[in-house]
Amino acid sequence: MQRGVIAILDVGTSKIACLVLRFDGPERFTTVDGVGPMAGQSSFRVIGAATTRSRGVRFGEVDAMAETERAIRTAVQSAQKMAKVRVDHVIACLSGARPRSYGLDGEVDVHGAVVTDQDIGRVLAACDVPDYGAGREVLHAQPVNFALDHRSGMADPRGQTGARLTTDMHLLTVDASAIENLLYCIKRCDLELAGLASSAYVSGISALVEDEQELGAACIDMGGGATGISVFIRKHMIYADSVRMGGDHVTSDISMGLQVPLATAERIKTLHGGIMATGMDDREMIEIGGTTGDWELDRRTASRAELIGIMRPRVEEILEEVRLRLDAAGFEHLPSQKIVLTGGGSQIPGLDALASKILGQQVRLGRPLRVQGLPQAATGPAFAAAVGLTLFAAHPQDEWWDFEIPAERHAGRSFKRAVKWFKDNW
Amino acid sequence: MRSLTARRAPQPAGIRRDPAPTRWSYRYQRLMLTPAFRALVRIGLPVLLIVFIATAWITNEANRAMLTAQIAALKAAVQDRPEFLVTGMEIDGADPYLTDAINEAVQLTFPLSSFDLDLAALRDTVARFGAVRDVVVRVQPGGTLSIAVDQRVPVAVWRYGEELRLIDAEGVITGLIQNRGDMAALPLIAGDGAKDAIDEALALFAATGPVRPRVRGLVRMGERRWDMILDRAQRILLPTQDPLAALDRVIALHEAEDLLERDVLVVDMRNAARPTMRLSEPAVAILRRAADNQ
Repeated sequence: MQRGVIAILDVGTSKIACLVLRFDGPERFTTVDGVGPMAGQSSFRVIGAATTRSRGVRFGEVDAMAETERAIRTAVQSAQKMAKVRVDHVIACLSGARPRSYGLDGEVDVHGAVVTDQDIGRVLAACDVPDYGAGREVLHAQPVNFALDHRSGMADPRGQTGARLTTDMHLLTVDASAIENLLYCIKRCDLELAGLASSAYVSGISALVEDEQELGAACIDMGGGATGISVFIRKHMIYADSVRMGGDHVTSDISMGLQVPLATAERIKTLHGGIMATGMDDREMIEIGGTTGDWELDRRTASRAELIGIMRPRVEEILEEVRLRLDAAGFEHLPSQKIVLTGGGSQIPGLDALASKILGQQVRLGRPLRVQGLPQAATGPAFAAAVGLTLFAAHPQDEWWDFEIPAERHAGRSFKRAVKWFKDNW
Repeated sequence: MRSLTARRAPQPAGIRRDPAPTRWSYRYQRLMLTPAFRALVRIGLPVLLIVFIATAWITNEANRAMLTAQIAALKAAVQDRPEFLVTGMEIDGADPYLTDAINEAVQLTFPLSSFDLDLAALRDTVARFGAVRDVVVRVQPGGTLSIAVDQRVPVAVWRYGEELRLIDAEGVITGLIQNRGDMAALPLIAGDGAKDAIDEALALFAATGPVRPRVRGLVRMGERRWDMILDRAQRILLPTQDPLAALDRVIALHEAEDLLERDVLVVDMRNAARPTMRLSEPAVAILRRAADNQ
């Protein structure tokens, strides 16, 4: 991505965020010795940002098409208005759609003395694709490790000498119908989808710092309807999953427990919510409020301890579920077991204390990386996925490895090769 | 007391009103954010409108006539201002004959605007006169058309057939005269190609010295050499090469021996090694008789 304008669309259960990025051409902050390219975030600027209350999305999946389309339209329109520019291409992420991770490996003999792009292409093509079932689509397929003969853990084996090249690949599949629904909504908004990512993955990109990504960490993106889990090691995602529970469930618990509408429950949760009860909380009375006109009903109060008593079991349930998924993924075998909580749900006071009891000692609350031009209102943990998506747009580190498709896999290639041969020899 | 009219229900807390744009308003906004379309609306449409109105207005014959009349009136109003008025003409550096001739040729009626003057054409007209070497035509501050003429000065009279032409030092004909007496002070030259060798002729005239009052003129012979004609039909035939030296020899001889006072018809200096004289017949007879008497 060199130049131009692109939109980022985070379709979540509680909010839809749209950021408009302008790429100013080659990076101004060029790589020098010892300083990395800053993951590409110096090459773009956020020129428009808008969020809207999400409608028609449940569990991070499109539930009501027309409602979702309208919500996307609202977000895109106000972001465009702020950016004063029209965007035609959009990169979207979705949090639900039942992601499932697979680890693949492939093995080939190296043609020639050194490993070339062709060999990389062949070894990636040699990975045996598991039977991930009908109605599912591959969302990410990333080579996470290369091994050349007896040397493993290579990031980029190109140009190295060796005989046998093996690779480990991480494959993430999601429900095809969820993708199709989202695609259709975006198409209905006259936008073109330029990329699609899992929100667990992109929040990991933005919320984990570099050494966490390198040494091994899990990013828990606590969204509205789904909680995304992504595990990183050596700067690659090796596992992603999502728990179909989130902040909206806490809200609905409050709504049911206190007998209030959802909007009031949401307000009470954000203003007074908490997880760790203290003696003080028994005396802190919360005005529940109401507009029914019934004085008795509208003047109810609840103590903060009651509220915590409603919220805590649900949050515990979510974290227990996350714990199960991490255990299933073998997270305890990683050298470092850092856990970073991000997403809008991570703003509940006292969550880190609870999470460290359930998930382990190394828990911290993560906020997304700072990118140029991002409004102050969009720097909170709720925007981890949106910010991660901007980094993803600037620095796509995915299946788009710049290797060529192996010749035997692609019929159209032969003509291109003939042209290339002609060019080289004449 | 409370009014019975319905009051708007207060917004439920925590929900910001965030209505979705309609499909068409969304599309309209996107269209208006398209740079090309914006340029079209902001520049293209007004320009188109102006062009359309202007075209519609100008296609009307009466409007067009009014427009041209207005432009002409405006132009005239500027051009006829006293600042641009030329009231007279003065000719410098020309003798009265040339002045008359220029006045005749230029034919301007004053006063007139300096915008109506074609100075280049005027200059060409004046420069076409033979007697004018160069001319500068300009409108001076104060509204005077100044024609500064650099007139050629005639240095000799050239008899060409029946005509007497005046030529200047560059050999350019500056005019005609009727009688030799009009320009008696100027030397006379004649013969084909005489004007091309005017420098030489003038040098010869200057070298005549004591004989000057007797010199009638120079005749170019065969476009290569000069004959000097004195009164009493005496001729000095000068060579092609170095005629000045030959003339000096003749003059020296004259001063020493009064050569030209004698009854000599022709002094032939064409061959420098062998100057020759031709005497008149009576002189020859006298000379022969004297020889016989001895």
